[in-house]
Amino acid sequence: MNIQFRESQEAASPLTVRTAIADCDIHPARATRTELYPYLAKRWQHHLEVYGVHAYQGMMEGPPYPKAQPNASRRDAYPPEGGPQGSSLAFMQKQLLDPNNVQLGVLNPLNTGQGIRNHELSAALCSAINDWQIDKWTSKDKRLKASIVVGNEDGLSAAAEIRERAGDKNFVQVLLLSRNVEPLGQRRYWPIYQAAEEAGLPVGVHAFGFGGNPITPSGWPSYYIEEMVGHSQCQQSALASLVLEGVFERFPKLKMVMIEAGFGWAPSLAWRLDKAWQRLRSEVPHVKRPPSEYIREQVWWTTQPMEDPESREDLFDVIKWIGWDRLLFATDYPHWDYDEPSRVLPAGVSEANREAFYLGNAKQLYGMN
Amino acid sequence: MASLIAGGIDCDVHPAVPHLTSLLPYLNDYWRDQVTTRGMVDLVSQSYPRNSPITARPDWRPESGKPGESLEAMQRHVLDPFQLKHAICNPLYGVQMVFSEDLQAAFCRALNDWLVKEWLDRDSRLRGSIVIPTQSIEKAVAEIERCAEDRRFVQVLMLVMGDTPLGKRALWPIYEAAERLGLPIGIHAGSAYHNPPTAVGWGSYHIEDYVGQAQAFQTQLTSLIVEGVFAKYPRLKMVMLESGVSWIAPYLWRLHKFWRGVRMETPWVDRAPLELVRSNIRFSLQPFDAPPEPETLIRLFEHMQSDELVLFSTDYPHWQFDDQDALPKGLSPDLVRKIMIDNPYATYPRLT
Repeated sequence: MNIQFRESQEAASPLTVRTAIADCDIHPARATRTELYPYLAKRWQHHLEVYGVHAYQGMMEGPPYPKAQPNASRRDAYPPEGGPQGSSLAFMQKQLLDPNNVQLGVLNPLNTGQGIRNHELSAALCSAINDWQIDKWTSKDKRLKASIVVGNEDGLSAAAEIRERAGDKNFVQVLLLSRNVEPLGQRRYWPIYQAAEEAGLPVGVHAFGFGGNPITPSGWPSYYIEEMVGHSQCQQSALASLVLEGVFERFPKLKMVMIEAGFGWAPSLAWRLDKAWQRLRSEVPHVKRPPSEYIREQVWWTTQPMEDPESREDLFDVIKWIGWDRLLFATDYPHWDYDEPSRVLPAGVSEANREAFYLGNAKQLYGMN
Repeated sequence: MASLIAGGIDCDVHPAVPHLTSLLPYLNDYWRDQVTTRGMVDLVSQSYPRNSPITARPDWRPESGKPGESLEAMQRHVLDPFQLKHAICNPLYGVQMVFSEDLQAAFCRALNDWLVKEWLDRDSRLRGSIVIPTQSIEKAVAEIERCAEDRRFVQVLMLVMGDTPLGKRALWPIYEAAERLGLPIGIHAGSAYHNPPTAVGWGSYHIEDYVGQAQAFQTQLTSLIVEGVFAKYPRLKMVMLESGVSWIAPYLWRLHKFWRGVRMETPWVDRAPLELVRSNIRFSLQPFDAPPEPETLIRLFEHMQSDELVLFSTDYPHWQFDDQDALPKGLSPDLVRKIMIDNPYATYPRLT
């Protein structure tokens, strides 16, 4: 949400949560178009100047569904020194990290090297973004941790990037997007899961991305809201694919995080998978257990944009069905649909569950204890 | 625990076309010749492979032929034992998969005429859905108008996965005709396979396609609501058939939240999505994807905040439940009556 009429950031303090929190979905941005160039070979700098990025969609710049606000970000999040929202560490500290007492902030860079048809360029851009996350962000603020961005369509080069970064404490997870050329359970992506499992890193799957497929199974819709809502359907299909291709069976120590796609749909999807599996398991003998078991054991969920039913009891039902130990608080800063930490969780939650929701689950998952 | 009551309406049964050749008597000379000369094959959709366990309950599967092709079996399996007043026939023959609007129109016309002759004329409890050639909106409207003269057609039938999202304005003449003629639009699970069957591409398995039906319904509800179909056609009812039910409430929480955030994009949506669903959209009961404990089932119905959304269905001959256990456990007698009788009558004006 926008908080547009604050006179100063200090005015936010009465609403802030003083208890330490983790923010598991922060989007760092580049201040200038060429900010990655120091991390790219001359060849790729030239390529970008001449050809740009050849994506799995038509627009040379920006999204085909215009966002609700510039850069899909809060209007009050423009840094005073200039640049787009989310591009200044100093302003992020002042607006997000300090007032909310963020103890762990997980960076999920978007608009990286993913969803690009030229897979060599994709790998080069992802590696550059990873270097940039260290230089600009994690080395300058120890609260921030980075995600290893990988060229999603080329499993082998993606796995190589993960192995290169494995053991580097700046990174706490591997980052994929939900929308790819194929559903995420497909074999082309297995090297990513294998490398992540070996490195002991969770794989975060953030809503969004381009893979060339229409964002509904009935073709392209008209509106931004359909794309926004559609991300939760994409995420469901991606997760179903991961289960049904046997990814969790094959990589039993793999942990996956569903980021910014909601969690209210999780119980009904798991029940549907279980019911279909009871009938059709002879088609997928590699799926050895009821799908809901893999999901319960190997999947975590970030909270933003938080489910918002009229009755808090409905929300508590859903969280109970998923497990209070599986939710990771996130704000989505600086995006416009930001969740304000103090307003997300209704009253009536035990202290232990509240602590797990805001901080404990994230620290445990990302190995920060 | 409440049990089934007599006089109910089964809103989703599937009579099967035995073979493409079964439609030959209902095609004109030109198309009959085309079918034979070109060696056209039976239109069986990948959505329901003939021998898949989902496609027929074990005790409803015939020794030979397609599940659902025998009226006598349908009578014995559902019409009689469930003591139904009516059952609405939704043929899932794969006419939507062909791309030629001329061929599709011929097949749809033949299929609708076949349904009248082979089913509706032979059991007075049966009602029909009009299958339409959506490759041509003009031909689809003409087929609706042609069939609607027979009051036993109570609904127009479309698949949940076609060429475009169902809210798209180009399709609106179909909705105009349906509203004018007192026909709800039934949207059934299944794909024309003109787009990948998930929004993230082609999966490997039949089970993946089947699970994915629920996500397809979700995207279609979004499209229908935000394009403004129900602002334009407020009396139009749409029925989601074999859609699953347990995802409805969480889906609507999300749509509602985003609608509040970006409603400036679609200002004609002047009522909350949940209100639009309550007034215009219904869901068939089966499959009901949920754990069997009554306490969970009851909470799921409470999450829906309405006892008018769900319409009784067996989904015959698909395998969604065993024995007579079509109703989830723990429903109150009032809710059972709403689901089996009141809600279907309120949805389908031609049933009265």
